[in-house]
Amino acid sequence: MTHGVVLFHTTSAAMRAEKVLMKAGYAIKLIPTPREFSSDCGIALRFDWNQHDQVKSLLDAAHVEIDAIRQM
Amino acid sequence: MIYLDNAATSWPKPPEVLRAMTNVLERAGGNPGRSGHQLSIEAARIMYQVREDIAEFFHAGDPLRVVFTSNATHAINLVLRGLLKPGDRVVTSSIEHNAVMRPLRSLEKQGVNLHVIPCASDGSLDVKQVAKALSFGARLVVINHASNVVGTILPVAEIAPIAHQAGALLLVDAAQTAGIMSVDIQAMGIDLLVFTGHKALLGPPGIGGLVISHSVDVSQIEPLISGGTGSQSELEEQPDFLPDKFESGTPNIVGIACLHAGIHWLIGRGIQAIWAHEKELAYALIDGLSAIPNVEIHGTCNPDRSVAIVSFTVAGRHVSEIGLRLDEEHGVLTRVGLHCAPAAHKTIGSFPEGTIRLAPGVFTTRDDIHTAIRAIEKVVRS
Repeated sequence: MTHGVVLFHTTSAAMRAEKVLMKAGYAIKLIPTPREFSSDCGIALRFDWNQHDQVKSLLDAAHVEIDAIRQM
Repeated sequence: MIYLDNAATSWPKPPEVLRAMTNVLERAGGNPGRSGHQLSIEAARIMYQVREDIAEFFHAGDPLRVVFTSNATHAINLVLRGLLKPGDRVVTSSIEHNAVMRPLRSLEKQGVNLHVIPCASDGSLDVKQVAKALSFGARLVVINHASNVVGTILPVAEIAPIAHQAGALLLVDAAQTAGIMSVDIQAMGIDLLVFTGHKALLGPPGIGGLVISHSVDVSQIEPLISGGTGSQSELEEQPDFLPDKFESGTPNIVGIACLHAGIHWLIGRGIQAIWAHEKELAYALIDGLSAIPNVEIHGTCNPDRSVAIVSFTVAGRHVSEIGLRLDEEHGVLTRVGLHCAPAAHKTIGSFPEGTIRLAPGVFTTRDDIHTAIRAIEKVVRS
């Protein structure tokens, strides 16, 4: 499975994103931000890259502030 | 033992609060927002959940505008020292705690223009006096929601529009009301709300916070301390976003988890039911004390206009002697003296001797109050 990661500015945003996506039933996981990605925040959210569009639109709809979304 | 010192700190705590303490250390003992392993993430999850619950509790809207501090004093200092610059005008009342008065007096020495509005001797604040004081404009109005000495409730919702019209922000110290009265920052027009975790919110000492309304431009407030936040770790400068801007250093995750348990216990019991219970106790205290000769009750003597804090003095007797005898001979625990609020005691006319303060809490019963009144009567008569 190809994974994607959502990068954040702050831990609080990562927590909010996790809540939103878990509630919607997505298999996601909070992980330490992979070092190959420069990010403000030490925690990133890993997801199934096939669900990229749904993940992005859910986070947008919930006004979760994100730094970037990257493919792993 | 009858504990009547809930205005200093609430005791006992619900068993759920004690369980939350061991639970968080066992299950979520990592450093929140730092390491990214499962114990760290679980701690961050708890911290975020409490942020959400507090935002909802005070109607803040955005959970990221809830900033955790070590206590109310810390949160008040954060705003006062972070916002006010030499030449700024700040307006406060004469019934404030030293958590407000001391930083303001210190800032006054640095060139901040401080105006103290006199309250009446029952602790009440006339809104017309506030309007008069604000006719010269101000950067900030800071008032408590209820006095820690006499319990008198200040008219926050009436003051807010006057403050805003004068171009001032409104900072409210809800140390004595959060958990007893409903505090809705949007409906009341509060820009900056300070709360403490260890009083009526039933958490442990060492946790408090600041709730920042959307009306506040946080770029105007400098952080009180700076340091590690777990975010923007590549930078040597402090982040400018909330809540990280004001939350440097390892947070008190134990305090936060226990505060969460305390708030949920309160919501289960019902804030209105709690206030009704405490009002009933305050009425019983006032009735009982009024019947004892030489006792003078300070404040409004009206539990509809005050939280359940009853302060009294006894003609010709030292408050310290009465407090000690109540404790030693009857197991009735009160707080005597100036309650960290010299300005308030000057206002009610009890400076420098102070008063004996009785502050029942959510676990105090009517029987406790009757026993305490009998004890006070015995001590006063002998």
